[in-house]
Amino acid sequence: MNENLFSSFITPVVMGLPIVIAIVMFPSIMFPSPSRLINNRLISIQQWLVQLTSKQMLSIHNQKGQTWALMLMSLILFIGSTNLLGLLPHSFTPTTQLSMNLGMAIPLWAGTVITGFRYKTKASLAHFLPQGTPIPLIPMLIIIETISLFIQPMALAVRLTANITAGHLLIHLIGGATLALMNISTITAAVTFIILILLTILEFAVALIQAYVFTLLVSLYLHDNT
Amino acid sequence: MASVVPLKEKKLLDVKLGELPSWILMRDFTPKGIAGAFQRGYYRYYNKYVNVKKGGVAGISMVLAAYVVFNYFRCYKELKHERLRKYH
Repeated sequence: MNENLFSSFITPVVMGLPIVIAIVMFPSIMFPSPSRLINNRLISIQQWLVQLTSKQMLSIHNQKGQTWALMLMSLILFIGSTNLLGLLPHSFTPTTQLSMNLGMAIPLWAGTVITGFRYKTKASLAHFLPQGTPIPLIPMLIIIETISLFIQPMALAVRLTANITAGHLLIHLIGGATLALMNISTITAAVTFIILILLTILEFAVALIQAYVFTLLVSLYLHDNT
Repeated sequence: MASVVPLKEKKLLDVKLGELPSWILMRDFTPKGIAGAFQRGYYRYYNKYVNVKKGGVAGISMVLAAYVVFNYFRCYKELKHERLRKYH
């Protein structure tokens, strides 16, 4: 039990080939590109969802922030679809790897900060000091604000990794407990099975919510800086 | 095994069994050829099951089922220790 609890999180290698690249690119097959005015049902449903999400997410930005629309929409589609595909049995979820989440979070956060420094230098530096602070507190507050700025990308990446990994581990553990309890006491196994069903429903929600939160926070950092 | 139609243009189901090795060797194994094969296969599936007027859930669920089976093959080595057997 010790070794194979974490074996679903190792990078998949088939006969020496790193097929993790193929698995990361797999969700893109689920999103065909529209070629006509009226498309097939799959594309129409996806178009409707993307329009709904983009209107809601981009309404708070001004003209400059809305140039990030493509980036934010593809981000939420990628994270959402990758998390949902990870709920299938035996599949590998790329978002459980901290390396990938850091690779997504750090460039996006750095992009928002650098945009802020380039175009509104005084205003983005002014974020370090909230209005109306007593004068003796100023040095300490600037240090605290700097730390909280630099922790933003780490928090983005670690939040996504930890949530998805924890959810997968819980499903593994409770599923294993259900199987082990079946021979001992069927009623306890039935209770554990109901817990497993509730947990799976939660995991579906978490998959989508994590995508949303990631994208929302990136857009918030963008809003501060444009 | 003389054929009326040249071997190069026959489809797989028309090739006679004795001609099969030479037909396989004749195929295009360059990267461009392999990419073309993947593209043809993708569009064959897409146009048959997804790109139709009243497509259903079958088009995408077959892909997901194949994905699950593929991942099962990938993890088989670790999974075979968890079977209910007396001797592993």
